[in-house]
Amino acid sequence: MRYLPKSDSERREMLAACGLRSAEELFAHLPEDVRLEAPLALPPGVSEFEIVDYFRARAAENANGYASFLGAGVYAHYRPVMVDTVVSRGEFLTSYTPYQAETSQGTLTTIFEFQTMICQLTGMDVANASMYDGSTAVPEAALMAARITGRHRVLASRTVHPEYREVLRTYGRHGHLSIDEFGYLPGSGTLDLEDLERKMDDEAAAVIVQSPNFFGIVEDVRAVAEVAHKRGALLIVVFTEAVSLGILQPPVDADIVAGELQSFAIAPSYGGPYAGIIATKEQFMRQMPGRLVGETTDSRGNRAFCLTLATREQHIRREKATSNICTNQALIALMATVFMSIYGKRGLRELAEQNLAKAHYLSSLLKPRFTGPFFNEFVASTHGRAPDDINRPLLKKKIIGGLALSSWYPELEHCVLLCATEMARREHMDEVGRAFAPVPQAA
Amino acid sequence: MKYPENLRYTKEHEWVRVEGDLGVIGITDHAQHELGDIVYVDLPKVGASVELGKSLGSVESVKAVSDIYSPVSGEVVEVNESLGQLPEKLNQDPHGAAWLVKIRMSAPDQLKTLLSAADYQAYVGAEG
Amino acid sequence: MIAKVRPHITQNELLLFEQSSPGKQGYQLPPLDVPPVDAATVLGAANVRSEIEGFPEVSEVETIRHFTRLSTWNYAIDLGLYPLGSCTMKYNPRVNELVARLDGLAWAHPYQPEALAQGAMNIMARLEAALAEITGMDAVTLQPAAGAHGELTGILLIRALLEKRGNPRKKVLIPDSAHGTNPATAAIAGYSVENIRSNDCGSVDLEQLERIVDQDVAALMVTNPNTLGVFEANIKSIADILHKKGALLYMDGANMNALVGIAQPGRFGVDVMHLNLHKTFSTPHGGGGPGGGPVAVKKILEPFLPLPRLKHVRNRWTFDSKRPRSIGRVRAFYGNFGVIVRALAYILAHGGNGLRNATVDAVLNANYLRKKLEPHYDLPFNAPNMHEVVFSDDRQAKHGVRTGDIAKRLIDYGFHPYTVSFPLIVRGALMIEPTETEGKRELDLFADAMASIAQEVETDPELVRSAPHSTRVSRVDEVTAARRPVLKWTPDRPQL
Repeated sequence: MRYLPKSDSERREMLAACGLRSAEELFAHLPEDVRLEAPLALPPGVSEFEIVDYFRARAAENANGYASFLGAGVYAHYRPVMVDTVVSRGEFLTSYTPYQAETSQGTLTTIFEFQTMICQLTGMDVANASMYDGSTAVPEAALMAARITGRHRVLASRTVHPEYREVLRTYGRHGHLSIDEFGYLPGSGTLDLEDLERKMDDEAAAVIVQSPNFFGIVEDVRAVAEVAHKRGALLIVVFTEAVSLGILQPPVDADIVAGELQSFAIAPSYGGPYAGIIATKEQFMRQMPGRLVGETTDSRGNRAFCLTLATREQHIRREKATSNICTNQALIALMATVFMSIYGKRGLRELAEQNLAKAHYLSSLLKPRFTGPFFNEFVASTHGRAPDDINRPLLKKKIIGGLALSSWYPELEHCVLLCATEMARREHMDEVGRAFAPVPQAA
Repeated sequence: MKYPENLRYTKEHEWVRVEGDLGVIGITDHAQHELGDIVYVDLPKVGASVELGKSLGSVESVKAVSDIYSPVSGEVVEVNESLGQLPEKLNQDPHGAAWLVKIRMSAPDQLKTLLSAADYQAYVGAEG
Repeated sequence: MIAKVRPHITQNELLLFEQSSPGKQGYQLPPLDVPPVDAATVLGAANVRSEIEGFPEVSEVETIRHFTRLSTWNYAIDLGLYPLGSCTMKYNPRVNELVARLDGLAWAHPYQPEALAQGAMNIMARLEAALAEITGMDAVTLQPAAGAHGELTGILLIRALLEKRGNPRKKVLIPDSAHGTNPATAAIAGYSVENIRSNDCGSVDLEQLERIVDQDVAALMVTNPNTLGVFEANIKSIADILHKKGALLYMDGANMNALVGIAQPGRFGVDVMHLNLHKTFSTPHGGGGPGGGPVAVKKILEPFLPLPRLKHVRNRWTFDSKRPRSIGRVRAFYGNFGVIVRALAYILAHGGNGLRNATVDAVLNANYLRKKLEPHYDLPFNAPNMHEVVFSDDRQAKHGVRTGDIAKRLIDYGFHPYTVSFPLIVRGALMIEPTETEGKRELDLFADAMASIAQEVETDPELVRSAPHSTRVSRVDEVTAARRPVLKWTPDRPQL
């Protein structure tokens, strides 16, 4: 087999060196009743050609060459070619976690740069080397807030991504966090600050909001910060669309930022792998979960990087660790780092501006449901029609339309969530506009 | 190592120095030696109460964490803030400048159960 | 004589921020085909940021050079053996990278209509079935993003089952030889941890287990083979003791590389376990992730699995969220699909018999190294080992040299260190796992290096204690990094 670099004669030599005559003797010590007698019921191994064939066939069964207006936490942005060039280098792709600093300075340096750029983007003092994704970064942030404040209640806005809130509930149920939600204003589509104020108390460890929120709308983070801080709670701000930070004010009033970097050259890949981050203020540094890379020197005085503050982590603190996370998303974070390097300060701004232009063009053809300011996603009214009735004819034109919202927001039955990034083409947006046009009444 | 006579010691390698009704607490030279280079100390806030035998904080090296067990019960009245910037003091002067906290003792009788310098010396000698 | 490597010139490289200057750019966007909009007008002036202060501005050329130069400072599987115990650093097949990038898979949006995602769902269903067969379990979830995430999912499943039975119970038993994620996970799941001591063979002590399993114990988390590479021969008895008292057996599947095709955990009493796709199933480590931590369960736990679950209805795949007993979601969307693709490609390449052959080679390689290293390093446990072997630094400690020093000196010989100081039940552990994708030549070079270092410990211990000597950075000051953490670049830092 092509991945097993031994010849049979080498195997025999090695067995002889072990004082064994056959490979089966290696397993002779296992209890009889544990050993499998029959081979695994899996088809025989196949050639590389057949592997590619199989997956090409599967890929063909998925959407190919469709224009898509889906967002909702996963965004279609252009992926610069250099991203894959860099991460495909064996020294990045096939390297291990950088516990041995002297032999991993490549990885450690890129993580240090990553941490720096995330701080610059979010306005926080310190950022970690990645969490699994945005959805798990949220409960990790909530648990962090609980550790810091010693309180156990968390208030999450209904405008936070519904699946993120589901994950929060799963973690909270057993992390001894009680999770309450507050609503949004039906006119603007922004969170309902009064509802939050009514539900706030001195037991709240954190308030969790998302901006731009699930409806694509920019929230007044400062106002929420005031409400939270007045009662001694921390403010956790979530983002799912990282490109928005190219143009929006960073959430400087947050105590913890939990976000998703999929927009930064990470392929949508049917839901993962992505890369989440947690960033926070300096005073909360030691309560952060996940790996941290720090700058130091070697014994000759050269600049060097290493993993640090490891005593927070599972391999040392065990049951008292800030999290159980071990493997994170290093290669995915590297994709984001390359992306951020390529676009840079002005590029990220220009990219965000293009997203803004495309989405606002699309919204000008439709009837936005909410009045609040939005970035590259918005909720459009279907004029009383079922979302499916609009999307089906679009599919025939190889266009995937907006996302129906009623499963999460029953009150938004005749609405869809649409996203237009820099990759959206005018001709497709015009098609979508036509598909939404109110159906002429029968004479 | 000569352990100062004016301190009382615990088997968990903490020491206490009495200053009136206050107990000044630290970790011993043996403890800092076992830990290696100390990088961080996690101490309670002023006003917190501590209990004999319970953890009042921890000391960290790069690869290990050790709890600090309080030799007496009482209330924390002062914390050695300088250790935040210079945790290496614990390696340099564990019995003096690197005291950790000052406790207003609620039951000074507890001091009677602690070891003298000679007894502690024998204890760590035995531990090896 | 160091055979595997020779020093050579590597490029220096500053940080991106240190090479940045205003006006340089590495991108170009196509022109807008729609009218531009004024950000302040549509967003509100207060919402618009001025600029991303400190963000780099570099050209495309500088970017490719930057990352290429940095990459040459890394060791990697593509360069040679990683003898890291319990990490299973095996070859990452390149065809896996190609198939994961096929447009129909890489650009699939998790919310695209199911009719347009059948290929992706098919792949996931196929991997679920293959993993169920490999583990001998009844159902698999692919949602967890890594091993620790899988552990949390598994313990939450146990909790849900016990809650349904009327009492979630209070504690989880964990051997003192366990990986740190085990106790950390139990704590997050709301259980207290009770450590169970290993016996003289490094295995779970049956008598102790019998004594401490009571109505407060929810589960025992066991790794099999254990972190010494030794198979828990009493595993069925262990399972019986737990089951008799209504507790469950969780298996940490990190060491599955010793068992695939040889034994199925589902047949020796395991109720729930996780797998590490980035270990046993060859998906790339990428410097620390991504991974995949699928969880396999027995029928009794199936109703509690995270939702949604894949269902085959009228010849089509669909996601089923009508699962009232489910513990809920452990992450958004469906799982690390890109990792799932790679793991399935690996399984297809080997097939049933091939997977077993890989296991045989993995165990052979570890036993071969054991034989070659035994003359030089202390073996604390004499039991037969499987895919990994653990030595201690007792012999070398007499000369003032510890496992961490030996590991650093190994770098000068052109290898990545083995796992240092773990498991905790061995003083000064050297934990070695070669995996099956190493040939005899690389293993001999490694064994020779270790023998040579053992020699150096006796003749010149200081050489070993101050290693590494031939890397571009010498031993890194981790103490100062922890005392005065500097976790990001700032403009005022001196360029070193």
